[in-house]
Amino acid sequence: MFNASLKELSGLLAGKKISSVELTQAFLNRIGELNPTLNAFITVDEGKSLAQAQAADALIAAGKAGPLTGIPVAQKDIFCAEGWLSTCGSKMLHNFVSPYDAHVIEQFNRAGAVNLGKTNMDEFAMGSSNETSYYGKVKNPWDVNAVPGGSSGGSAAAVAARLCPAATGTDTGGSIRQPAALTGISGIKPTYGVVSRYGMIAFASSLDQGGPMAKSAEDLALLMNVMAGFDPRDSTSLEREKEDYGRDLEQPLKGLRIGLPKEYFAEGLAADVAQAIEAALAEYRKLGAETVAVSLPNSKLAVPVYYVLAPAEASSNLARFDGVRYGYRAPEYADLADMYGKSRAQGFGAEVKRRILIGTYVLSAGYYDAYYLKAQKLRRLIARDFTEAFARCDVIMGPTTPTTAFNLGEKSDDPVSMYLSDIYTIAVNLAGLPGMSVPAGFGKDGRPVGLQIIGNYFSEAKMLNVAHRYQKATDWHTRMPPLHGEE
Amino acid sequence: MIPFYAYRFKVLRVNFMSLNLADVKRIAHLARIAVEEDEMPGYLQQLSNILGLVEEMQAVDTTGIEPMAHAQDVVLRLRDDVVTETDRHAAYQAVAPQVEAGLYLVPKVIE
Amino acid sequence: MQWEIVIGLETHAQLSTLSKIFSGAAIAYGAAPNSQACAVDIALPGVLPVFNRAAAEKAVKFGLAIGAKINRKSIFARKNYFYPDLPKGYQISQYELPIVAGGSLTIQVGEHEKTVRITRAHLEEDAGKSLHEDFHGMTGIDLNRAGTPLLEIVTEPDLRSSAEAVAYAKTLHSLVRWIGICDGNMQEGSFRCDANVSVRPMGTEKLGTRCEIKNLNSFKFMEKAIDYEVRRQIEIIEDGGSIVQETRLYDPDRDETRSMRSKEEANDYRYFPDPDLLPLVVDEAFLEQARATLSELPQAMRERFMRDHGLPAYDAGTLTSSRELAAYFEAAVSALGGTFSRLRERDGERGIPVEGDEGAARLREMAKLCANWIMGDLSAQLNKDGLEIAASPISAAQLAGLLKRIQDGTISGKIAKEVFAAMWTGEGDADAIIEAKGLKQVSDSGAIEKIIDEVFAANAKMVEEFRAGKEKAFNALVGQAMKASKGKANPAQVNEILKKKLAG
Repeated sequence: MFNASLKELSGLLAGKKISSVELTQAFLNRIGELNPTLNAFITVDEGKSLAQAQAADALIAAGKAGPLTGIPVAQKDIFCAEGWLSTCGSKMLHNFVSPYDAHVIEQFNRAGAVNLGKTNMDEFAMGSSNETSYYGKVKNPWDVNAVPGGSSGGSAAAVAARLCPAATGTDTGGSIRQPAALTGISGIKPTYGVVSRYGMIAFASSLDQGGPMAKSAEDLALLMNVMAGFDPRDSTSLEREKEDYGRDLEQPLKGLRIGLPKEYFAEGLAADVAQAIEAALAEYRKLGAETVAVSLPNSKLAVPVYYVLAPAEASSNLARFDGVRYGYRAPEYADLADMYGKSRAQGFGAEVKRRILIGTYVLSAGYYDAYYLKAQKLRRLIARDFTEAFARCDVIMGPTTPTTAFNLGEKSDDPVSMYLSDIYTIAVNLAGLPGMSVPAGFGKDGRPVGLQIIGNYFSEAKMLNVAHRYQKATDWHTRMPPLHGEE
Repeated sequence: MIPFYAYRFKVLRVNFMSLNLADVKRIAHLARIAVEEDEMPGYLQQLSNILGLVEEMQAVDTTGIEPMAHAQDVVLRLRDDVVTETDRHAAYQAVAPQVEAGLYLVPKVIE
Repeated sequence: MQWEIVIGLETHAQLSTLSKIFSGAAIAYGAAPNSQACAVDIALPGVLPVFNRAAAEKAVKFGLAIGAKINRKSIFARKNYFYPDLPKGYQISQYELPIVAGGSLTIQVGEHEKTVRITRAHLEEDAGKSLHEDFHGMTGIDLNRAGTPLLEIVTEPDLRSSAEAVAYAKTLHSLVRWIGICDGNMQEGSFRCDANVSVRPMGTEKLGTRCEIKNLNSFKFMEKAIDYEVRRQIEIIEDGGSIVQETRLYDPDRDETRSMRSKEEANDYRYFPDPDLLPLVVDEAFLEQARATLSELPQAMRERFMRDHGLPAYDAGTLTSSRELAAYFEAAVSALGGTFSRLRERDGERGIPVEGDEGAARLREMAKLCANWIMGDLSAQLNKDGLEIAASPISAAQLAGLLKRIQDGTISGKIAKEVFAAMWTGEGDADAIIEAKGLKQVSDSGAIEKIIDEVFAANAKMVEEFRAGKEKAFNALVGQAMKASKGKANPAQVNEILKKKLAG
């Protein structure tokens, strides 16, 4: 049951083989058993979850169930959920019980899904290893000495360890795709503007995008149907027709043109990852797809551009955390300035402070043009590369990460080396394109490898089709990490 | 495993605009983050490393390129001028550090 | 040394929308603390701004009214700074690309006219309020005002005296109310001015170091604050000192400006385009719609009143200081003598000639009579009773009814004041009051002759004095005759008959 697809679970619920309360309880029990090892959740509230499950059972009994009614879904702690502690992985919000629901949470509630708890994450989504969380490191279920990736590392570890059937994540520079890759699950970051950012605590507003994380592309399609949609409360939410993201899942891949950017297969890519990706591409050729060489000449600038733009926006987005209206306030201070300085110094962790400071610097008088404006111009060049590439192919593929999961602590003292682990994912956010990662085997250390699929704007249904056909032909996505309870 | 970033460091960690302690002090103040004197050199080193990473941007000619502020080339939606919110201050203030008579309290503001 | 005063004004006009600029919270002055501060206004984690169309409409309307360029694409930017009444830690404003650029406003200072150039007008959100009453030595923050839409209107440094600054502020104040974008309530802070003041030696080009003066919440304070500041700056320079660029607060109790400590440190606002808000685009249809809601502007109406009604500049300016006053004047004039821009026969029964030069002169006379009564007796009564023109107990048509009776000689101007007072207290229309109180003017020469004969009999000494060459006695006799008629005798006829009789 823990490895069942959403469709299968929905079938069990509809066929009254199991109730939502039982299903929810089973996952809660598994969390109780394995979370002490993995630390994937920040908040679990059995009472709340079971109450929702009960309501879902009533809907099912009344014949009013949708595809996700009664299904437990874990929520990244970046999403505000009314009555739930919503910390964003930070001490700053250690006591913030949200008085409102994010759009994504509302959508899941409307669908009758059960909130299974709030998952751990890098503080304010700033990190690629989940080591910056105030609530402790998350362990990779495949190897507890390895990081699960970040920032949606809690969601990724939870799905990988089957602590939940599905989870939500957010992706600013790779925060869905990179942890999905490192934990052997599937995740998609939709086109910017497809999922509302309302109630999703902002890191870098022009890059942030929510998306689902699950075991398979098929599951992702069902989750996308719930998460996506226009929301008037987010000015960057796009007014588009509601679509069924699963409509093309079964389409044959014959004639599919897969673009392979030469920059993604160059120096820096680990050999075992390269090998796994080559094998996946071979599988696609077997499915009738053809590969074409494309180039993203400015992709080497993606990391520098990102580390100007994202901290700049973050420095401003995180100014609201001042200890006045909610969140952490330093216990002792001399005056107002001291209260600000101490509350923020004590409430934020090291990585968040670094990014706020660098963001403040690149926006400050005398540096704006050289850094911020320059980065915005380069962002356009990076986006243009993709436009040109998509003239020659339907999807772009490559590795999600340059290496498999690194060890806990390996890069935590060297922020810059950590930043470079997102080298293949960041450009997609800068361009606003949809990107996903699907499991594509294992590296020589037995840790998972992710295949990144990048689509053109609004081509999520196509990407899910491309991933689904691959998953029908392979079984990487069904592999479960060997796990034992508290060690 | 190939330490894939190693080659980049040689290129990246030279020739960046230099940051000094006064800069760190200034931006820490602008950002209202209290930084102790003994933390300053650490921040200076870390921030310098990040600036080293982004320095690569300066090599590219961007003359005539329009800055890209948003991921989508769309225009602002306009909301109708209608009151949609109700008074929820009690719920909002339930999570506030210090309130009295419906007001948020802060240390004395001097004008 | 002769000093030249250089002033530029920055005005924050609160746009009279129903909801806030980026949220659906209500805007009502004086609501319970934080009761109108919604999740967006208090900047809960995760909330986002959504722009109010009405704010753009009002800004565009203003731009059109001052002949400015409406930027088809304007950008919202974040102005970053920390202050407890600024919940997000940044203010959403417009920086590089404001919605309104350029334009001008013509002001009247004494007898001369001056054109003041507007640099720009941009949309932004207001901050909350800090309440400094003692909460155990702490400050209370009320965020009801946070997110209220503002239009910040900035002039070039074109003003040369406190009088000019006040004239500009008054003209702007009347304009924003005229076009219905701001209620102009200065007590409630709906219309706030800051003045950038500097001085330089007369005849030099280079601008002196300026100080920004805040808290000018009345026209009187603005004048006094600028005068004080100018004196302060001149004294410092003449004593060999130099001016420090700073923000200063006007203290009306002490009539002085003082440095604002909280604004002392040099700020680095780190403006950048708000990633939560896309470019604001004003298309042709939007522009046309805004244009369609603009009626005749005060400046144009003022010129029309001068041209068509022959009113002096002062009268035309006063009558166009508010839309309601101008409407009242126009209604009164129209009721009295027809529309002035088209001279045509009207009110024929009264035999008022309305054609040719004589007609035009007559109409101008009537317009002036309306203007005098509105600016005189009516305004005085309104002021006394604390009423706005719209709430006047005497309607424009009723006032015209009264003035008609002056025009046609039924009553004298003096009697008219008595009738006016009765009308004010609701005793009825002019005609009814004149009838009821028997105030109709006596124009029957026989009756007037009779009265004069009686006056002569009772004042033989005066008659003798006049005849002996004491001209003043004539006025005394007129006075006696008017008194004997209880003011009802036609004064012109009294004069005429008196002269005739004294000569005879």
